[in-house]
Parts: sequence; C-alpha cells; structure tokens
Amino acid sequence: MDYTVIIGLEVHVQLQTRTKLFCGCSTRFNPDHPNTQTCPVCLGLPGALPVLNREAFHLGMKTGLAINCEIPSFTKWDRKQYYYPDLPKAYQISQYDLPMSQNGWLEIEIDPETRETKKVGIIRAHLEEDAGKNSHDESGRGHDSKVDLNRCGTPLVEIVSEPDLRSAQEARKYLEELKLLLTYIDVSDCNMQEGSLRCDANVNLHIHQENGETIPTPIVEIKNLNSFRGVEQAIEFEVKRQWEAWQETKLSLHDVPKETRGWDADRGITLEQRGKEEAADYRYFPDPDLAPVTVTDAEREKVSSELCERPALRRNRLESEYELSAYDAAVIIDQGLAFADYFEQVAKGCQNGKQAANWVTQDVLRELKEKGLEISSFTIKPEILAALLEKVERSEITTKSARTVFQELINSEESELNAASVQSIIEDKGLAMVSDTGALEAAVQAVVAKNEKAVADFQSGKQAAVGALIGQVMREVKGADPKVVRELLIEKMS
Amino acid sequence: MSTQLTQDEVLKVASLSRLKLSETEVTALGEQMGSVLKYIAMLDELDTTDIEPMAHAIEISNVFRDDQLQESLPREQALSNAPQTDGKYFLVPAIL
Repeated sequence: MDYTVIIGLEVHVQLQTRTKLFCGCSTRFNPDHPNTQTCPVCLGLPGALPVLNREAFHLGMKTGLAINCEIPSFTKWDRKQYYYPDLPKAYQISQYDLPMSQNGWLEIEIDPETRETKKVGIIRAHLEEDAGKNSHDESGRGHDSKVDLNRCGTPLVEIVSEPDLRSAQEARKYLEELKLLLTYIDVSDCNMQEGSLRCDANVNLHIHQENGETIPTPIVEIKNLNSFRGVEQAIEFEVKRQWEAWQETKLSLHDVPKETRGWDADRGITLEQRGKEEAADYRYFPDPDLAPVTVTDAEREKVSSELCERPALRRNRLESEYELSAYDAAVIIDQGLAFADYFEQVAKGCQNGKQAANWVTQDVLRELKEKGLEISSFTIKPEILAALLEKVERSEITTKSARTVFQELINSEESELNAASVQSIIEDKGLAMVSDTGALEAAVQAVVAKNEKAVADFQSGKQAAVGALIGQVMREVKGADPKVVRELLIEKMS
Repeated sequence: MSTQLTQDEVLKVASLSRLKLSETEVTALGEQMGSVLKYIAMLDELDTTDIEPMAHAIEISNVFRDDQLQESLPREQALSNAPQTDGKYFLVPAIL
C-alpha cells in the first residue's frame, strides 16, 4: 500500500503601500511603538467609513496578472465575521464570491536534473485587510494578552493554490518562486521575519488501496508557517503523522471535519488547535460601506504593460542570450531584479556573458556577502566592471591582474570611481600586458644569461625549469603575458 | 418558515456572538428572532426571477482614495475606549 501527498498553499503577502487598505494610517512595521498607527476606521469605531486605497488595488491587479490570473470586470468586498481580540470590528473586510483575480498558474521547476517543470494552479488571489498582533504572557501564569493594532487594516493579497503540490520540496519551491516573482514585480518586500509573507498549508494523503481504490485522509490546515524551512519541515512531519494516524484509525476525510494544527518550530511538530468554525459560520455578506470595483480591458492592459519580465522567463533568456549554465542563470536571478540588471549591464558592456557571470556570481557576490551590502549600494558600478572585463577580453591585462584592479576599485572611494579608474589603476600598477616585444625579449635574454643551471636543466629535458624563469621575467616586466614569456624562453633556450 | 427558532439554533447564534444566555432568554429570543425572520420572509413573495443580485444598495463603483498618509490617533486616544490597557497595549483576558 502506498500514498500520494496532496498539498495546497494559502499565501498571504503584504502589499507595499504607504497606507492601509481602507484608511490613511501608515503600514510601517513598528512593533516598538504599539497602537500609534490607528484611526477610527482601523479601530472599527462606530460611524467610520472605509475607503479603498487605489494603490493597493493596483498592486493586487499586478499580482493577479503576474500569476496568470483572469481579472474579472466586477469585484466586491465582503465581511468575514469572527471574534478575536486582534480584530476590533469583529469582521475582516475580505472578498468572498467575486475575488479580484482567479484561475491562474505559476510554473515551478521540480527537478533540477531533468529541468522538468510543473504548472501549479492558482484558484484565486484576493485582497483583504490584515488583523492586529496579539502577544501572550509566556510565563504560563495566565496574565492578560496584549493587543497591538498597528498592523490592523494593512493590505494583504491572499493567493490560494490548487492542491497541485505533491511533496514538501515542491511546496518550498513554489513559495520560493512566488516570492521571487512578487519581489521582481515590486508589489511586496516579502520579508518573512516581519510577516510580509505568511503561509498556511493544507495537507492530506491519498491512500492507494490494493483493490485500486483511493481513500483521502482528513485535511489538515497547518498554520504559523513563517519560514521556507518551516513549511518544508511541517509538511514532512504532517505527512508522517497522517500516515501513522491512517494506519491506526482508518479515518477518511468523510469521517472527520478539517482540522487546524499549528507548527511548533522549536519542537518540530504540529499541534492541534481550536476547532475551526465552518465556512458558513463566517456569515459572509457584501460590505455595505464599500463600493464594488469595475475593471476595464484598457486598465487591465495598462497594468499588464507595467509588469517586468518574469524571473522564470528571464532565467531562460539569460541562459540562451549569454550562453550561461542553468546554474549561473539561477544564481543571478535569485539575487533579485537589481542584481540581474547589474549582470546584464556588465555582460553587454564587456561583450562576454560567461565571463561577466563568473565575475558577478563569484567576486561581486562574495564582496556583497562579506560586507552585507545590496547591489544598489555596491561602489563598483556595472560600467566600471564592464570596462575592466573588456580589458581582459581584449587581452590587455591578465585575469590575475584584473583581480588586483578589482581589489583596488573596492578599496577606492566611490566618489573617485569612474569609467577611467580602471585604466589609471592599470597604469599606476604597471599591469598592462607588455606588447613591446623589444623590452620583453631583452628581459628574457637577461634572465637566460643569469641562469645557466636552469637553462642546462631545461636543455637536458627538465621542462619544470622554465617555471622559475617565467617568474623572474614577470618580475622584470610587469603585465607580461605569461604564455608569451614561456614561448620566448623556450625559443631562446632551445 | 416556522415562527420560532429551535433552542440549538439560538444557542449557535449565541455562541458565535460570544453571548451567554439563560434558559428563559433562549426561549424568549427564539420567539423574537423567529418573528423577525417571519417578517423578513414576506420578501419571499416577490418574484425575482429576472433580477440581477445586487452587490451594493446604491449604483456606485470605483470609490478610491490616494495612497497618502493621514495622521493617526495619538495612542492615548486610541486606547481611551479600552476596557483595560497598560498605556501601550489593549489588554484582554489571556488568549490560548
């Protein structure tokens, strides 16, 4: 007997607006100053009137279009009612039967070896407001819980996938691709520490019986997943737990209602939470305070035209246009939009994509990591790196010399750096490859004359003797091409 | 529709509303809510076959505001209606 793992993800992403979804309070992450970013609207005071933030709707449309959703021409707002201390109105303004986007998909690579991809269906992506933040007494003495309503009313887009994911690894991959996409199209910073991207996972198993029948186990919604690793571990744990529970109880999805479990990252287990109220108990109804929104074809096209090239497409383009390995292309794309732009400027500037990729994924990336920098604040601008690599490309300096120049550039003040910096460092350090064969031949002649023993060794067949002589010539003539030096030496000694 | 809600129906609504009702209240509210529903049920007599469902009571759409910051309430004022506060947070009986 075996089973298939069935996973669907609900992802909440905070949209990067300045103000909340229905009022002008700041959305800034500000846990040190609780309850300083509220007003009658987000506090749910009587008589307050919510008004939709145009930019939030715009970012919602961008998100929907980026995940290949239809944007219906009519959408509306509904009240989802439940009692919880972080929700002062006792209802959340959300979208129920007419979401602002639906029926999309996101493609993920599920096997890096074969490059096999999979389209994960997206049921819907709708806008809703966030709740506040509760903090609990950790001492176990049952002191009061504290409520901070700064986050209350912050715009979220909830993205609900089809149950198309078949393993914890696929779920993680989907999340990584989604996060990358949303940061590329600039709708969210997707900062998981600050809660800008949160995930719930619906997990169950399809048990394949020997008689060919398939029995679904009860669906469990895992909450409190706030890291990619957490998502992966929680699903793995849950699969194992459900398989064991099935063997023991033989309970199917039809025998028990959907269960909500919380992920305890410290203990590495999921724990049963309060029974979830049935969908009907939310008593959704259209919010009479908010007008519906209509969207025209022209508006859809306008937002569509604002979308940048999606990371998946750009990854493929980098591979073909610059002849990069899949690995290099993925490393570059994963660093974010600004980094990918940086790479392309360098590659175009120096006319060698492969070389540009080597430098940005190794030298540049190492430097950024060591100093904890973003590419936007990196002092070696792409045109400067391109100028340097162009010198290598034209055999004006060696790769080794280029690394010396790179270090010099890093140690320079940003204000002093410009396109001419590369050339002046090369000159100051005497790194230019010597094309003056006269000077080089003289140096070779002198070294050969000074080293009778090495010459004799070479002539008796010890090829290794050349190495020491190359070093001596290079010390004399900085920037000489070692290959040329070697040839000249062998010629002289033969 | 019956004129009275069953005891279970009343208790379910009460629990969703976090209300604790006495037995007499359950009976009385069952009758009162039943009569409200009966009154509303008059609308069932209307023929709505060719009528589009309404999403909003008035024909209005696309009411937006710009994404511009407005001043929030000072914290003291935000907390002024709180039954319990420590001056920074709303305090509620321990959740969990």
